[in-house]
Amino acid sequence: MTFRNETLLWMLQRASAAVLVLCVVVHLATMIYAIRGGLSAAEILGRTRGSYGWLAFYSVFVLACAVHVPIGMRAVLTEWLAWRGSSRDIALAVFAALLAALGMRAVMGVFL
Amino acid sequence: MVWRGTADGSFQTFEVPRYASQTVLDVVTHIQRALDPTLAYRYACRVGMCGTCAMTVNGVARWTCRTHIDKVAKDGALEIAPLRNLPVIRDLVTDMGEFFDKWAKARGRFEGTATRKDDFANVTPQSAARVQVDAAIECIGCGVCYASCDVVTWNRDYLGPAALNRAWTLLNDARDTANAERLRAVAGDAGCHACHTHVSCTERCPKHIAPTAGIAGLKRAVVKAALRGEL
Amino acid sequence: MRGHAGSWAALVHRLSGIALALFLPVHFWAIGHTLESAASFDALLEWTNRPLVKFAEWGIVVLLAAHLAGGLRILALEFLPWRDWHKGLAAAATGVALAVGLAFALAL
Repeated sequence: MTFRNETLLWMLQRASAAVLVLCVVVHLATMIYAIRGGLSAAEILGRTRGSYGWLAFYSVFVLACAVHVPIGMRAVLTEWLAWRGSSRDIALAVFAALLAALGMRAVMGVFL
Repeated sequence: MVWRGTADGSFQTFEVPRYASQTVLDVVTHIQRALDPTLAYRYACRVGMCGTCAMTVNGVARWTCRTHIDKVAKDGALEIAPLRNLPVIRDLVTDMGEFFDKWAKARGRFEGTATRKDDFANVTPQSAARVQVDAAIECIGCGVCYASCDVVTWNRDYLGPAALNRAWTLLNDARDTANAERLRAVAGDAGCHACHTHVSCTERCPKHIAPTAGIAGLKRAVVKAALRGEL
Repeated sequence: MRGHAGSWAALVHRLSGIALALFLPVHFWAIGHTLESAASFDALLEWTNRPLVKFAEWGIVVLLAAHLAGGLRILALEFLPWRDWHKGLAAAATGVALAVGLAFALAL
């Protein structure tokens, strides 16, 4: 990987972090509000089913995670497991795809 | 307890008489002169100006000539080891080669185009850039920050706080003309982007320099260049 | 090597990040249950009412808050001009994370 691409990864990490600050604050506030009196599918789905607002919000959230988490893990794998080279990056790309796929499946699950 | 040997070595215990205002360097010097002449260690000025006597004292990198025994000897016991993150030549002496090689890799060398025929450069001391330089220019290359950095331990390619700090001073030097190449040299996994802001370098620097600040500045400068397509 | 505020902050940030990275796929998979039916999702929610699971849930919330607070500290250190009080950000971040954990615990 070239230093230019590594710089790009760093920028994507900070950009996705900025997006996630907003998403996480909203998500935590929503959860603290929603969990009062216990959780139920009906309550949750009542809010999210057919709501384009929640669809947009959670889609952005999932995609930001799919960018942020693998890049974060890249430093951990390199520094703590001494895993270097393209095999590490390919594994992380697969992880990113997995997060995006599972995440969007969950988003569609609460929207549809 | 003093480290003896190379990377595979062990600690050896010595009994050293204690007196008032004693420093760790005094202790090491006493051991070598009176107890065991085979002990290898380095020092030069012994008054806190050259940085040669830097060693690991009770797990922390310090200048031994400026470390009073009263401050570090718990129950009258001390653990003295060579600086971390550097190959050990013998006992308390490390090979600083890679430290200075990384300095060069970060393009930590002034590169200008003016000649003796040109007029003096006019640099305002209060200009924003010069203030940044002055805050970081007093580095004497002692290696304490390098020895304190966890990222250097985890990533042998990481250029390290001192080299990056020097690159930062040159980036802000109005007379230097090599900044395009310098930014390329400090970008990437081995450069400023590997810094995870543990801030150990700033915490331990005996000259109270904040390499963390300079490295953050490099990160911003690299992003600017990248967005302009100049990287 | 002796720890100090900055290295603890970085360690908490990294460990919380790893925990969240492992948790997320499971979280997404669990919510995907809603695709099957509201009933299967309710069954899952029932399972999360067990005390140990609730405690783990609270733990994840605290880790998320900690990772967020640590991340804000990094963004401040990297993008704002350097100030000496930045060293206090680690303490501030810890405070924020614990506050969020408390809020969640109280809401439970």
